[in-house]
Amino acid sequence: MPTRASAAAPRRVRLLIATRKGLWTLVSDATRRSWKLSQPAFLGHIVHHARVDPRDGKTMLAAARTGHLGPTVFRSQDNGRTWKEAATPPAFAPDSGRVVDHTFWLTPGHASQPGVWYGGTSPQGLFRSADAGATWEGVAGFNAHPNRKAWCGGDQDGTPDGPKMHSILIDPRDPAHMYIAMSSGGVFESSDAGGDWHPLNHGVAADFLPTPDPEYGHDPHCVRLASGNPDRLYMQNHCGIYRIDRPATRWQRIGDNMPKSVGDIGLPMVAHPHDPESAWVFPMDGTSVWPRVSPGGKPAAYRTRDGGKTWKRQADGMPKAQAWWTVKRQAMTVDAFSIAGVYFGTTSGEVWGSRDEGRNWKRLAEHLPEIYAVESA
Amino acid sequence: MNRTFRVAIPTQLRSYTGGAARVTVAVAADPPRLADIFAGLEAAYPGIRFRMMDEAGRVRPHVQVFVAAKVQRDPAAILNPGDDIMIVGALSGG
Repeated sequence: MPTRASAAAPRRVRLLIATRKGLWTLVSDATRRSWKLSQPAFLGHIVHHARVDPRDGKTMLAAARTGHLGPTVFRSQDNGRTWKEAATPPAFAPDSGRVVDHTFWLTPGHASQPGVWYGGTSPQGLFRSADAGATWEGVAGFNAHPNRKAWCGGDQDGTPDGPKMHSILIDPRDPAHMYIAMSSGGVFESSDAGGDWHPLNHGVAADFLPTPDPEYGHDPHCVRLASGNPDRLYMQNHCGIYRIDRPATRWQRIGDNMPKSVGDIGLPMVAHPHDPESAWVFPMDGTSVWPRVSPGGKPAAYRTRDGGKTWKRQADGMPKAQAWWTVKRQAMTVDAFSIAGVYFGTTSGEVWGSRDEGRNWKRLAEHLPEIYAVESA
Repeated sequence: MNRTFRVAIPTQLRSYTGGAARVTVAVAADPPRLADIFAGLEAAYPGIRFRMMDEAGRVRPHVQVFVAAKVQRDPAAILNPGDDIMIVGALSGG
C-alpha cells in the first residue's frame, strides 16, 4: 500500500503564470504569505504552457505563439533571465499535410534522461526534444501511427480552438512507460518510449458518441499520476472524474461521489504532491449549453483524501457569489511542501492560492490576462 | 548573379531582425522567387520563417505578403528586379 511520502521543505515557491498575453512569475518565500509578481515576458504572446525543469531547476520552456505568427518554443537556461528560441520548434513532417497551430503542453522527461522533454500540440501530435528544447522531432510512433486518425478523428474534430494533446505523463519507474491524453481521442499508453500506443479508456463515459463504452474517441481534460503511486492515475474528463489503479484497465467514475448539485465536470485536476489518496478538482458548469463557468457563479475546489470515495468543498476566501470564472486544465497546481500549497489561475486573470491544502484561499494576483496555465517550481 | 530585394519587416517579426524595419535579401536563384526571400530571411535571421510560414510551406493565415504592392501568397511566385516585398501582420482583430 503506497504511503504518504516525506518531503524536504522547499525554500521558496515560484509559480509560472502562462496567459493569453504573456508569461508572468509569482514568487514567495517558504512562508507562502507574501507574493511578488514579475513583469511580463513575451508580452502579447499567447503562452499555453511554461515549465521549469525539475532535474536542473534552471531550464525553463515556454510554448508560445502570437495571433499573427506561428508557434514556437522559447527556452531559458538561467531561470528566465534570458531566452532563446528553439532552432526547430515542434512541426509536423512537411509531407504530412498537417500543420501545428500551437504547442499546448510541455513535460520534462524522466529523471534519468536529462535534456529530454515532450511536447503535445494542437492539432494533436507528440514531439520530443533531446537537447532541452533546442530542437524537436515528431514521435513517429504516435504521429505516424496507422490508427491515429481513427483514434483522434480529423484535425477539425475536438475542442473549439482545436484538439489538444496534453497530460503527457512519464512513469517515474520507467522512462519507456508513458501516457498521453487527447481532447479528441482519449487516454493512450505506451510501454516502448512512444514506439507504439494503445487506448486506455474502458469505463469512461463518452456521452457525445453513439457507442456505449467505446475503445477510444473520449475527451479527457486532464490526467495526473498520483505522487508516490504511479500505478494510480486521476482524470478529469469531459464526462466525469475518474481513477484507475494499474494494472487494471477499467476506470472508475469517482465523480459520482461529488454533490449532485455541482456535478463532476471540470477542466483541471491535480494530485497531492505526497499523498496518493489526495487530489483536487475545480468543477465547472457542464449542463445545458456548457457555460463553462463556476456552477452558480460560486467557485470552489473539491478535494478528496480517500481516492475519490468522498469529496469536500473548499471555498473559504473565494467569492461567495457572482463569480463567473473558471479554471483551465493546466491552470491548477500544487507545490512540494508536506502541507501542500494549492494554486489556480482563472479565466478572469486572477491567481488564487492556499497554503493549507485548500482550507483557506487567498487571491495572490489579479488583473492579468486570461490564464491558461499555472505551474509551480 | 545575386539580385537584392528590399523587404519590409512587420513589428511582430522585428525581434528577429534586431529591430530593423527594412532589410535587404540577396537572391542567387534565377528566376528569383518569393520562396527565396523567405529562405534568405531564415538564413540571416534563424527562426523567422517558421513564424511566417507553416511546415507545409504556406504563408500563415494572419501574415500578409505584398510584392510590388500586390498581395502575393504563392512562394513560387517569380520576382521582378526591383520588386519591393512587404510582410505585414494582417488585419485580424478589432
